[in-house]
Amino acid sequence: MSRTRLPALTQLNMLLRLLAIQGSWNYETLLGNGIGFCIEPALRLLPGGIHTPQFKEALARESRYFNAHPYLASVAVGALARAELDGETAAKIERFRTALAGPLGSVGDRLIWAGWLPFCSLAGLVVFGVGGGPLAVLATFLGLYNAGHFAIRIWGLRTGWNRGLDVAKALANPVLRRGPQVIAPMAALAAGIGVPLALLHIIGPGRALFGIVLISATLGAVLIVRLQSRVEGWRLALGVYAAVVLFSVLR
Amino acid sequence: MTESVWPLLHLLPLALLGAVLGLDTVSFPQAMLSRPLVAATLGGALAGSPGGGLLVGAALELIALETLPFGASRYPEWGSASAVGGALFASSPEPRAGALSLAVIAAVTTAWAGGWSMVKLRQLNARLAARSRGALDVGSRGAVIGLQLKCMTADLVRGLLVTVAAAALFAPLTSASLAHWSLDARTSRATAVAIAAAVAGAAAWKLFHGSSPARWAFLTGLVAGLTVMAAA
Repeated sequence: MSRTRLPALTQLNMLLRLLAIQGSWNYETLLGNGIGFCIEPALRLLPGGIHTPQFKEALARESRYFNAHPYLASVAVGALARAELDGETAAKIERFRTALAGPLGSVGDRLIWAGWLPFCSLAGLVVFGVGGGPLAVLATFLGLYNAGHFAIRIWGLRTGWNRGLDVAKALANPVLRRGPQVIAPMAALAAGIGVPLALLHIIGPGRALFGIVLISATLGAVLIVRLQSRVEGWRLALGVYAAVVLFSVLR
Repeated sequence: MTESVWPLLHLLPLALLGAVLGLDTVSFPQAMLSRPLVAATLGGALAGSPGGGLLVGAALELIALETLPFGASRYPEWGSASAVGGALFASSPEPRAGALSLAVIAAVTTAWAGGWSMVKLRQLNARLAARSRGALDVGSRGAVIGLQLKCMTADLVRGLLVTVAAAALFAPLTSASLAHWSLDARTSRATAVAIAAAVAGAAAWKLFHGSSPARWAFLTGLVAGLTVMAAA
C-alpha cells in the first residue's frame, strides 16, 4: 500500500501530539515512547486499523529507544509514519531509525538551542531595554520564537512524510545547514545592543552607576569564562547574591 | 501579598501558573513560556505588577542565557522558579530596595531545585516505562498513550510542588530580609544586575567567540547600544 497524502485531521492530530513528544522523556528510552505516541494516529490508517498485528508491531517498533532534538523529531515522525504505511520491512525501518537519530539531534541543538533561542531572548531584551512594556516584550519574544518553532515542526512533519526513507536529503536544506551561521551574528548583534540597554533600564534613571556596573560585569564575565570548566556561571552568581544579601541584612 | 506567609487565595493561582510553566520547560508544549522573561512577567502580573515581574524576568533572562536546554543535560528549571521570583518582587513594598536581589536569589535557588526535581521525574518516568514494558513491547495503544499522559501529569504535579515549596519558603524569608535591608535601592539594583550581566557576558562569549562575523556583530551592536544610550 502506498499513500501520497495524510488526511488533514491525522496531520493535525500528529502536530498536536508533537508538542508533547517529550512528555515521557526518560533516561532509558529517551524520546522513544513520544515517537510512538505521535505516530499512532497515522498507524490507525494501516489496513484493518488498530486491532491488527501490523498496527501493534509497528507501534511497538516505533515506541522503542529514540533520540533527537524535540522539534526536528517531527522529521522522523513523518518519515517513519510514511515508511510504516508504505509497508517497508521491519529491518529496514529499524536501520533507518538508528541512522536518523544522530543528525536530527546535532542539527537541532545548533540551530535552535544555540541559535534561535538566544537570538529571540536577546531580541526580547532589546525591546525591554528601549522601554518596551510587558506586552511588547512578551509579544516580541514569544511571537518571534514560536514563528520559528512551529514552522520547523510543521515543515519537519510534511518533509518527513513526503520524503519517507529518502528524508536524509532534506537535512541538507539551507536553513538547517547554514542557519546557525546566519543566526549567530544576528544574536551577537542583539546581545551587543540589548545587554547594556537592559542593564540601564533595570538600574533606573541616571548614569552614575552604569559605568561601574559595566566594568564589574566585564570583569565578572572574564572570571566566569576562566572558571568555566570548574563551575557554571549561574552557580557562581548564586553564591555572590547570597553574599550580598548577607552583607546587606547583617551589617 | 506582603505578609510573611501568602494567603491560600494568592498561592493557588501562582501554584497553578508554576505547574503550567514547569510543564512547558520540557513536556508540553516547549513554547518557551517557561523562559524567565515570560514566566516572571506572568508571576508579577498575578501579584498585580507585570512591569515588576518583567524587571526580574530581564535580570533572570541574562543568567538563563548560560543554561540552554541541551538534550539530557541537567539544567535549571526556570519556569516555576521565575514565576515565584516575579511574584515575590511584585508583591514587595516600594521602594523595593533589595527586592530584586532577593527575588533573583529565590528564583535561581528554585531553578536549581527544579532542575534536580526534573532529574527525579525522568527517573520516575523510566520506572513507569519499565512497569509498562510488557504492554509496550506488544504494541498496546493504551500503554503508549497512558504512559505519555501519566508522565505529563507527574510533571505538572512536580511544577506545582516546586512552586508551592518555593513560595512557602521564600515569601517569609524575603519579608524578613527586606525588614533588615541596609543597602540603598539603586546600589542594590546595580549590584544585582552587574552579577546577572557578568553571567550573560560569559554566556555570550561562549556562544559567539568561535565565529568571527559574530564577534564583529557583537562589537557593532555594543557601539549601537551605547550610542542609543548616549542619545537618550
